[in-house]
Amino acid sequence: MEQLFFYIFAFAAVISAILVISVRNPVHSAFFLIVTFMQVAAIFILLRSPFLAAVQVFVYVGAVMVLFLFAVLVLDMGKETMKEHLHGQSIPAGVMAVILFLLMCYMVVKGRIVANPGSYGEAALVNNTEVIGRELYTRFIYPFEIVSLILLVALVGAIALVMQSKGKEQGK
Amino acid sequence: MIIPYLGVLIIVGLVGFMGVMSFFASFIMRPRNPYAEKLTPWECGMEPVGEANAGHFRVHYFIIAILFIVFDVETLFLFPWATLLTDKGLSGFIFIEMIVFVAILAIGFIYAWVKGALEWV
Amino acid sequence: MPDTATILTVIAIVVKVVIATMVIFSLPLPLTWIERKVAGHIQVRLGPWRVGPHGLLQPVADTIKLLFKEDIVPAKADKFLFWLAPLMAMVPAFAVFAAIPIGDTVMVPIINQEIALYIADMNVGILYILAIGGLGIYGIILGGWASNSKYALLGGLRSSAQMISYEIAISFAAIGVVMMSNSLSLVEIVRSQNHGIFSWNFFYLPVGPVWFAIFFIGSLAEINRIPFDLPEDEGTLSSGYITEYSGMKFSFFMLAEYVAMVSVSILAVIMFFGGWNSPFPFTIGLPSILADLLALIWFFGKVCFFIYLFMWLRFTLPRYRYDHLMVIGWKILIPLSLVTLLVTGFMRIIG
Repeated sequence: MEQLFFYIFAFAAVISAILVISVRNPVHSAFFLIVTFMQVAAIFILLRSPFLAAVQVFVYVGAVMVLFLFAVLVLDMGKETMKEHLHGQSIPAGVMAVILFLLMCYMVVKGRIVANPGSYGEAALVNNTEVIGRELYTRFIYPFEIVSLILLVALVGAIALVMQSKGKEQGK
Repeated sequence: MIIPYLGVLIIVGLVGFMGVMSFFASFIMRPRNPYAEKLTPWECGMEPVGEANAGHFRVHYFIIAILFIVFDVETLFLFPWATLLTDKGLSGFIFIEMIVFVAILAIGFIYAWVKGALEWV
Repeated sequence: MPDTATILTVIAIVVKVVIATMVIFSLPLPLTWIERKVAGHIQVRLGPWRVGPHGLLQPVADTIKLLFKEDIVPAKADKFLFWLAPLMAMVPAFAVFAAIPIGDTVMVPIINQEIALYIADMNVGILYILAIGGLGIYGIILGGWASNSKYALLGGLRSSAQMISYEIAISFAAIGVVMMSNSLSLVEIVRSQNHGIFSWNFFYLPVGPVWFAIFFIGSLAEINRIPFDLPEDEGTLSSGYITEYSGMKFSFFMLAEYVAMVSVSILAVIMFFGGWNSPFPFTIGLPSILADLLALIWFFGKVCFFIYLFMWLRFTLPRYRYDHLMVIGWKILIPLSLVTLLVTGFMRIIG
């Protein structure tokens, strides 16, 4: 039964990911990306990680996609088709994409992409949040603090860039 | 462990289905009489001027969205921390860690405040 | 092939989902009538009076009208998203109820089975509710954009900026509750408040009332009700993102707003006011089915009080201007939340 659900969600995720890059309208593209993220969250639940599923919806769908949508709305593309900007490069790009796909298939079939199950059985994962918290704040304390520095850099950088352009706008 | 989450899938499916059925019922029952004046978007009784999607964007919305992402990630790190506060072995130690985390992000927030990123004009 | 226990669990979940959806789908009907009556009496007039005795059939008349109204799709509107936006507003409002409990497990006497009065007791209950609540923003942004109307787009952008600003405040309040109750699961949060009125999270002095105030103000802004409903008002924005919607789609937006109001009231009761626990610390020796019924009555009484409070505020307070609204969300609520967070953390360590 779980396999069936996994196949359904994986199929839906692949279909909506293909739709992201093939529809003409960028707002539709953003909408299908939201659908893709929701399928990935469902697959996280099948992997016994409801905390990560909720985090995926909370941050990716709730915050990052809102930012994407605001950016897409400012680009003001309307319903025009997006023109191809790099003429004559679609054939090499297609060949590279096929080579990459074959390489990934080979690695999956030969078992090179594998994740060890780890030391937590299903019973220990019931208190999902506490397990993740315990690991995060004892073993992974340095990456945790570095995350805060990364967020600070992102925030300061974004504000500096935006305020600079706003100052130029108001200056003239 | 994951059987309860099936409820989420079922409720989403059921509500979506009911919505589509309501649309369908309304589609059958309502009148349909479109003519050009009725279909123009409303603009206080005048003719609409210019494209609707042109030039409304203020950069303020973009800053709010970026600030929201940063604080969203901060709150999600606070969730597992909050459940570990009464664990006798770890609590003091992780409290100090979290003060450092929140202080670094508070510096970013104060920077945004001072630079005027939170104003609307 | 899964075994009988799993099949029985799945059937129980399906039955609970169907009952919950039917009840919640029909809730806005009495709620609109109550709101208009409350509005009338606060403004010293009668409210609905003519349609049926005391206007009781008014919601039915409104539903029939909305079903038969012509559905106008504006010229050059984006058809796919124009149809999808009301659904995207409505589905998250209902999906929140998959994690909300209205009681603990009860032992029904006739069939001698234990029934849990919740669809799913998720370990990450509060985080799931916040995440799904954040999905309601997309109905507004996409609805505003797809209408191809300047007022709708502007209203949609403003409303979504307001909602994401106050979502941070609500998340901090939820963290406060998790700190006070030690778990993200909603059933556990209610169970931690079962020692009488002073064990409720609201009375965890001095930070409990502050978290409640932050949560209440944040949720008023999340569900776009007065005093924070500038994106919807008729004076400046000609009803914002709903301008071009008519008929059934409009009713879905209104439905989503009322269902969100109910879910926020239930959350306030569960997180801060003890859920289904009575305020008395002693337990009278009642037979268990009567005790469960009493718990249900306490729960619904508290939820009704909060719904009435939302309606009362709607007809009492003026609305905030957009920049004042953003100032409150960012410059007042967030520093207050950070300070209260540190104080609560300190109290939990030493307590």
